[in-house]
Parts: sequence; C-alpha cells; structure tokens
Amino acid sequence: MSAQFLQFLLAGLTIGAIYALVALGFSIIYNASQVINFAQGEFVMVGGMCTVWLGNAGWPLPAAIAAAVLLAALLGLALERFAVEPARGASVVTLIIITIGASILLRGLATLVWDKKIHALKPFSGEAPIQIGGATLLPQSLWVLGVTLVVVLLLSWFFGRTLLGKALLATSHNRLAAQLVGISVRRVLLVAFGLSAALGAVAGILIAPITFTAWDVGVMLGLKGFAAAILGGMGSGPGAVVGGLALGLIEAMGAGYLSSAYKDALAFVIILAVLFFMPSGLLGKRSADRV
Amino acid sequence: MLERLASSRNAGLAALAAVVALLPLALVNNYYYEIAILVGLNAIVCVGLNLLIGYAGQISLGHAGFFGLGAYGSAILTARFGWPPLAALLVATLAVALLALAIGRPILRLRGHYLAMATLGMGVIISIVVATEDRYTGGPDGMSVPPLTLAGVALTGERLWYWVVGVLLVLAVWLARNLIDSPHGRALRALHGSEVAAEVGGIDSARHKVRVFVISAVYAAVAGSLSAHYAGFITPAKVTFFHSIELVTMVVFGGMASTFGAVVGAAVLTTLPQALTAFKEYEMVVFGAVMMFTMIFMPRGLVPTLAALCARPGKAP
Repeated sequence: MSAQFLQFLLAGLTIGAIYALVALGFSIIYNASQVINFAQGEFVMVGGMCTVWLGNAGWPLPAAIAAAVLLAALLGLALERFAVEPARGASVVTLIIITIGASILLRGLATLVWDKKIHALKPFSGEAPIQIGGATLLPQSLWVLGVTLVVVLLLSWFFGRTLLGKALLATSHNRLAAQLVGISVRRVLLVAFGLSAALGAVAGILIAPITFTAWDVGVMLGLKGFAAAILGGMGSGPGAVVGGLALGLIEAMGAGYLSSAYKDALAFVIILAVLFFMPSGLLGKRSADRV
Repeated sequence: MLERLASSRNAGLAALAAVVALLPLALVNNYYYEIAILVGLNAIVCVGLNLLIGYAGQISLGHAGFFGLGAYGSAILTARFGWPPLAALLVATLAVALLALAIGRPILRLRGHYLAMATLGMGVIISIVVATEDRYTGGPDGMSVPPLTLAGVALTGERLWYWVVGVLLVLAVWLARNLIDSPHGRALRALHGSEVAAEVGGIDSARHKVRVFVISAVYAAVAGSLSAHYAGFITPAKVTFFHSIELVTMVVFGGMASTFGAVVGAAVLTTLPQALTAFKEYEMVVFGAVMMFTMIFMPRGLVPTLAALCARPGKAP
C-alpha cells in the first residue's frame, strides 16, 4: 500500500465519519417521522459555532462542547414541537419546505447571534501530526474516528437494548401499531429530533478544527449527509455509516487521483450510478407497493 | 357543466392576461419593471415545474440545472461562437430536452426521496461542470451575454422585455392548462394518485413521467436562456442547488397542482426578498420564518387555501 494511497484513505475515512454522523441524524428522523430534515446541516453548524463562541468566552472545552450539544438538541426539540408536529399530515414536499425554511431561519439567527466570519476551533489534543507508513495523520482525525465509533456503538446499544430505542424502532415500522401497544409516538418523535440534532452537533464540533466552521457550513455538510443516507439506504442505521464512509472515500480518492475540482461531481455521479442499479441504496429495504 | 368549466378556465387565463396588461400602470420606474420581469421568468419555470411536482407528483431538486444549461447554452453559442440568439435559444432548449429525455428514463424509475436525491445530484453535477469549465463559461465569475435580437432588432430596455416575458408567461400558462386537460394530463393525475392503479388502467406511467419531465425541463431552459439575454450576464449562482430549492419552494408555496398558484408563488417569493431588504440583517430570519409559517398553517399552499376559504366563507380550509 503506497503512502499516498494511505494518505487519501485516512483523509477519506475522517470526512466519511463526519458524513456518517450527519447521515445517521437524517435516518433517525426519517424513521421516526418520514420527514427528510433539511435543517440537519444547521445542527452541525450550531455545534461548531457554539463551541467556538463559548470557548472564546473562556469556557473549558468539555463544558463548551456539552453546552453546544445541548443547545442543538433543544433546537431539534423545538423544531419538532413547533414546526413538524403542527404540520402533521402535510405532504412530504410541504414538510421538506418547512425544514428548509427552518434551516434558513437558523442560518439567519446564527449570523445575528454570532457573525459571518470563519472560525477555527483549536484541535482537542495538539497539532503534532502522527506518522503512519509514510502518511501523516492529524490527532484530530483520531478524535473524529474514535468518537464516531463510540457513537455508533452507543446507538446500536440504544436501539437494540433500551426500551426507548425499541419504541423508536417500533414507531418506524408501524406508527399506528406502536401507538396501540402503548408507545407515546409524540415522545418518540421528540426523542428522534433531539437525538439527531445532538448527533449533528457532535459532527460539527469534531470537524471544526480540521475544516473550520462558519454560519453557512451546514448547507454542504447537510447535503453530503443526505447523500450518504440515500447511498446507504434511507432509514438504515448501518446503511448511513457505510454510505458516509463510502462517500468520504470516493471524494478523497477522486480528489487525489482524478481532479479536485470534480471531486463532488464524482461523488454524485457514483451515487446516481448506484441508484440506477439499486433504487433503494446499498443497504435499504426493498419496498413493495401496497395497492 | 362542461361549458362552465371551460369558461372558468378561460376566466383565469383572462385574469392573468389582464394583470400582465395592467401591471405597467403600477410600475413607476425601471427597478419595478426589473422585478416584474424576474417574477415572470421565475413564474415560467414554476409553471413547468408544477406540471412535474404538482400534477405528476414527481419531485425535482435539480431544475436550476436545466435553467442554467438553457442560460449557458445560449450564452456560449452567442458569445463564443457568434450564433444568432434565436437559433442559440432553440438549439440550447433542444439540447436540454434531449438531456432530460436521456436521464429522465433511469431517474424517474426512482421514488420519493431517492428521486429527490437523484435530481439533486444531477443539478449539483451540472453546477460543478458550469463552475469548473471556465474556458467556455468564465467559471465562478460568470460571462457576459449579447442581447437578444429578433429580426435584426436588439431587444433592450426593461419595458420591451416586460412585454416579451409577459406574453410568454400567458402563453406558458395557456399551454400548461391545455396539457393538464389533455389525455396526457389525466394520465399524470392518475399516476400521481397511484402508479400501480394507473398502470392497471393501461397507462404507460414511465412514458408519461419522462414526457412531463422533458416538458418541465424545456420551460426551465427557455426561461434560463431568456434571463441570460435579459441580464446580459450569467453566473453559476443561477445553477446552484439553492436556486433549485427556491424554484420548488415557489411551486409549493403558491400551491401544488395549481397553475396560478405557481405564478403567485413565484411572484411572492421573488418580491419578498426585495421587500425584506428593509429588515437588513434580519432578512434571512424573516424569510425563513415566513416560509415555515405559511407552510405550517397553509400546507396546501397559498392559492388552494385561499380558494377554499372563498368558496366556503366562514369555514376553515
């Protein structure tokens, strides 16, 4: 394995892990409510920007991170309670437009509360690169990969072993049946939005030291997260992780070996190609129409 | 019954024509004309997009791509190769139609969110190509476009353009409403209701979906081409994902499956940012809030909700 290839691999996995976290947020909300939340990227932005802001105000990093994740989770709850819940029963496109409205609102608020400048968050543990087989790895990349791994393990525990997690899964399979066995669907929806927003914020905080953060970073990261979720199969947890990592790797390899200008285009070409042959994504459920 | 339907159809079209004809009375200066022209161009795209989203029930998050290809097609053929503008417009539109035909078939097999992703991806690819191939397109800085000439006369000035766009808008609405009431339009509404049921009823849903996709792409390409000539300049900003979202928002905001809704949506959402500049730094917040609250309280869109209110006064829609 050449050093160059290894370098691209590490870069791809790092950004891919971020996409995976954002994609998991898309999938959790989609499962609970059938809503594609186009404001997901803004939670990523809120996470990064709020951490930078509190850090500048003198907060220690762990406290700033916890507060930023909490703020994003609260915004997620508010989005569900005040925008998605009142519009229940509206068509899918209408719900998409509502979340797009919410994302514009959140971006606007970010420029008011914070500013329109680009900010850098200090890496969590130094900037001295680590040498692996001729490739260099930033310590922050290890944080990204490590935290993503922990989050994925926690989520699989949550969905597989806890009552609330199982209630979420049950709701995603059949909302009415879940309600009939006594699951409070409204609470499940709130949990889904809060959890997704927190995941987005974690992604935004982890990536902020590598790619910087600003009021408008959520647009592209949200788009990539959506693409990753679709690539893996909308609504599938493992699919979101696979889709995210695959998207990150495609981008890194495309930028390294083909053309950096066309790396995003290449990613979308491959997604289109996958969809043409597997219309439900890599790991998505094959759906049949009820007539 | 049939006569009443026909007359209400024509009444709507007559009302639109009357608005287009009388609006110049309220347009006090060139700035207002400019906004009216932008509204008209956006409305043409939305009327086409509404056929796809509102009637056929297929979403597209990539129509800015078709708009942009029309615009850049005209721009490149006229500015770089010296073609006459009208020929460039026709060739660019034809090329967009062929492209939509080629990718429509595989893309429209997808459903719901996967279709949203595929059209989004198509739009993003087009916008990246436009921003990168700077030898032809001028890259991120954009390129200037010669004016449109008809029979040797250059179309310049806001007033002249207003009438061109206004007449085309009425024509676009007339064509769309005829299409909706044709067998093709009925097939689209049938497959919107249930694709399986439509197929059982003998409708070739793939063929109809591709056809309406091509038609909506042509609407977008013509409007794009005209907007490039009108502005005399084109940048990749008009081809971005965000512009695609804006177009879809106009359709949904005005009211899906309502041709006049698409026009009203385009008018409101094109003029709103101009009006909101008074709010300065609060512009984005207000715009987002207006979008959210309209959709929350009028999920079917402006025109259908208001129409229902008027039809049954005193009763909530």
